Amino acid sequence: MKKKRISTISLAGCFGCHMSLLDIDERILELVKLVEFDRSPVNDLKRFKARCDIGFIEGGCCNEENVHTLRKFRRNCDVLVAVGQCAVMGGLPVMRNAIMHSDDPLRECLETAYLNSPYVYNPTNDIPNDPALPLILDKVYTCAEVVKMDYQIPGCPPSGDILWQAIVALLNGRPSDLPSEVIKFD
Amino acid sequence: MSDVIIFKIDGVEVSAKPGQTIMNAADEAGIYIPRLCDVEGLEPQGSCRVCTVKVNGRTAAACTQPAAPGMVVENDTLEIRNCRRDIVRMLFHEGNHLCPCCEASGRCELQALGYRLGILQPDKYPYLQPVRPVDASHPDIMLDTNRCIRCGRCIRASRHLDHKNVFGYIGRGIYKQVGVNGKNLAQTDVHVDDHAVAPGICPVGCIIQKRRGFYDPVGQRKFDVNPIGTEIEKHLKDAGGKK
Repeated sequence: MKKKRISTISLAGCFGCHMSLLDIDERILELVKLVEFDRSPVNDLKRFKARCDIGFIEGGCCNEENVHTLRKFRRNCDVLVAVGQCAVMGGLPVMRNAIMHSDDPLRECLETAYLNSPYVYNPTNDIPNDPALPLILDKVYTCAEVVKMDYQIPGCPPSGDILWQAIVALLNGRPSDLPSEVIKFD
Repeated sequence: MSDVIIFKIDGVEVSAKPGQTIMNAADEAGIYIPRLCDVEGLEPQGSCRVCTVKVNGRTAAACTQPAAPGMVVENDTLEIRNCRRDIVRMLFHEGNHLCPCCEASGRCELQALGYRLGILQPDKYPYLQPVRPVDASHPDIMLDTNRCIRCGRCIRASRHLDHKNVFGYIGRGIYKQVGVNGKNLAQTDVHVDDHAVAPGICPVGCIIQKRRGFYDPVGQRKFDVNPIGTEIEKHLKDAGGKK
């Protein structure tokens, strides 16, 4: 069987889902027999080498770079899978969409984070605005709001077991039909 | 009039006493019908529609529909399962349900139904992400309406068990929400020992008792141990074993 090409990325996530991938333990030896990693933090490749069969997305989109990366993944992957609550429904970053009550929510968010919070130490009173920083979006978007996602694996993070079961199902070309015992939203 | 009503749920013969609803009879027979707004000890309200079944081909809420002789009830069919899954999905999308940081995670009935009904495919509904208030004014109780699904269990418990009317509905349609009988929770006569704020009345993490967050470790929480519905279905296995 030809090895499937897999790519993974973390957008507005915490890399917890990538860490959880390591929880498949010794099955990782099985995995490298079945797949080849293309662009991924696992091998530190920053660009695609070839078209991929499966792309795993961790995290939603909170800045413009996330959107560009996600679109690149959609163009380069046959099947795109949202991994973890952040990719599925925005996760913790999405809290900023709902908790900001003013007419200028982005400004309020940045001022709360860098100026007004009781534990902030910021003597220059600056909000980071370097041209090298990706522009932050007006709100956090889920992956499915930006591109078409084919599957999703919930969890914060999804356990190693559910990731393994999902990978095996995807490699066999079956739609991921996971038992309800392994589904967790937290 | 006979004292026993015989009808069928998914082809299985079930008996009910006069006045019992389909849900009561199904529970006693060990058939689980998912529900959110209905809970043991409170009058049924029939508002969440998660318990939707087909009675002789027409949809009805199993928690309010009385059992009648000879009725044919469809419960666990593909159509009904899809309908329930969509209702639960819409509830998830309508509020701000952040399971990873919610105290109720693991004992939340909405989450447990999400597991049972298998919400695994990318969604067709948009996330509404409403701006809703958190009322932390009371020293012992917190009200986080971001997580409210407007099941009305706290309202009925406060009215019928505590005789206090602390909670009530405000507004209509998409703007309907649960409000308190006062400027905020601290200015009502709610007490932490009231039935309405007891764990198990609020199916989600909207009514939270302070200083009790995350009291059960992951893996030992209510629905970690017994996924929702298994207690009722276990009843069937036990009864079957005895026969």
